[in-house]
Amino acid sequence: MSAAAGRPAAPGDTPLLELRDIGKDFGSVIALDGISTSVRAGQVTCVLGDNGAGKSTLIKVLSGVHRPTRGQLFLDGAPVDFDAPREALDAGIATVYQDLAMIPLMSIWRNFFLGSEPTTGWGPFRRFDRATAKDVTRRELAAMGIDIRDPDQPVGTLSGGERQSVAIARAVHFGARVLILDEPTSALGVKQAAVVLRYIAQARDQGLGVVFITHNPHHAHPVGDRFLLLNRGRSMGDFAKAEVTREQLTDMMAGGDELSRLAEELGRPGAP
Amino acid sequence: MANWLDVASILGIMAVAVALLMIGGHFDLSAGVMTGTTALTVGIVAVELQQNIWVAIAAALVLALGVGAFNGWLVTRTGLPSFIITLGTFLMLQGLNLGLTKAFTGTVQVRGLADAPGYHSAELVLASTVEVFGQPFRIAVLWWLLVTALAAWVLLRTRFGNWVFATGGDEVASRNVGVPARRTTIVLFMTTATAAWLVGSITAVRLTSVQANTGTGQELIYIVAAVIGGCLLTGGYGSAVGAALGALIFGMTQQGIVYLNWDADWFYFFLGAMLLLAVLTNRLVRRYAEAAPR
Repeated sequence: MSAAAGRPAAPGDTPLLELRDIGKDFGSVIALDGISTSVRAGQVTCVLGDNGAGKSTLIKVLSGVHRPTRGQLFLDGAPVDFDAPREALDAGIATVYQDLAMIPLMSIWRNFFLGSEPTTGWGPFRRFDRATAKDVTRRELAAMGIDIRDPDQPVGTLSGGERQSVAIARAVHFGARVLILDEPTSALGVKQAAVVLRYIAQARDQGLGVVFITHNPHHAHPVGDRFLLLNRGRSMGDFAKAEVTREQLTDMMAGGDELSRLAEELGRPGAP
Repeated sequence: MANWLDVASILGIMAVAVALLMIGGHFDLSAGVMTGTTALTVGIVAVELQQNIWVAIAAALVLALGVGAFNGWLVTRTGLPSFIITLGTFLMLQGLNLGLTKAFTGTVQVRGLADAPGYHSAELVLASTVEVFGQPFRIAVLWWLLVTALAAWVLLRTRFGNWVFATGGDEVASRNVGVPARRTTIVLFMTTATAAWLVGSITAVRLTSVQANTGTGQELIYIVAAVIGGCLLTGGYGSAVGAALGALIFGMTQQGIVYLNWDADWFYFFLGAMLLLAVLTNRLVRRYAEAAPR
């Protein structure tokens, strides 16, 4: 069902990232099989699935933690293999994990540049360029439409949605072209989730390809351009927005068949 | 005034280094006995092996850096709590201090540093007294200010300082974004060892004789001073200047009780009360920072 598979893409139409028949085994366990979809610049590809559907494995394949057992990844139309997360990162694929890799007691600007601090000065006087760090942090957050009162405040005082947006802004600043978001809205209330969805739209409008992983079709549908549905490691379909309604997504996510079977089973106690 | 500043300075040099380590998420119980080990090394190499005192001081530095690196390496390698690892090195060093001092001198102290070659220049640098506004000050006070300023600068103005906060705050998260957490931890242990070397050298040169039990029991006082100065026991938060102030408060209390003609036996009661007060305040700070709405 992958749009670009099998035929040469028109210039400017090449997806940033494309998956063709990706599969991943752990020993004899098939964690993923036959996954195809594409991520385009300025679009959001949503990966929907329940717990255990293979979302985490798919993230790890895309971010270079695991090598796929079958199938091929294409970056800008050329086949790529990532042997380490660093390689994926260098290729511009940034992953924002659920725990965000932020230190609550440290200020926003210190967190923003953690591990990649800009320096100034020479020899023993080489030091953390605090002015630049604060300045860039404020500018990058403002570009995302994030209004931070004070970049000196500890990250721990931010709300969950604000933390997500800082993590997204950080990934964008450090050169991400493809942004993978692992369940960014799952731990949030309705209002906070709306804030994060707005930032996802912001990142999309800046020309990034976004992979939005979620189990909530109500969050996915408004912002998504493409929907990949996973169930037990297999693709239940890869749809463009025009091909699917929110009701259909919800229905497939809830597992219409499974639910009716479950209803039957629960209705007949003592069945084998 | 010179008196309590002197108490505070020796303690302060250690408290500042211990504070850096605590911000980085670790303890060093061997820090107290390390001051004894380095002081004894200076004494034994200078007097018993009849070397220039500067050679002795350099040898003590090499030893200190070795022990610090060993502590750090073992902690990062095993992932065991630094509390238990450094308790091990603490006891080992305590045994070595006594055993080697007796083996070299036949007594429990090293004597006669004043006659070692190079003593006068060492005294000038480490143990002289300068007069400011008619008040005599030990030069250790200057070292204390220097160490505090350097530590504060490193902590707040360098990449390494950022890594110290991050490693103590959340080691896994900081490693995920590329912070060399292992290296940071090892360097921090080597820093406390270096501070212990400075204090050990000052003590040895000033007193010209060193007891085998020098420094034992001081390690907890350093931690108390760092906590009074605002360091969290859980790591990730604190300041070098705070630890220096903690040491100052300690020195003022210790000497103040004497001047007030109070019974000095009560000193530890006040110390404990201050510690509890500091810990409770720190807890509020952490809550404010971490219990934000999600």
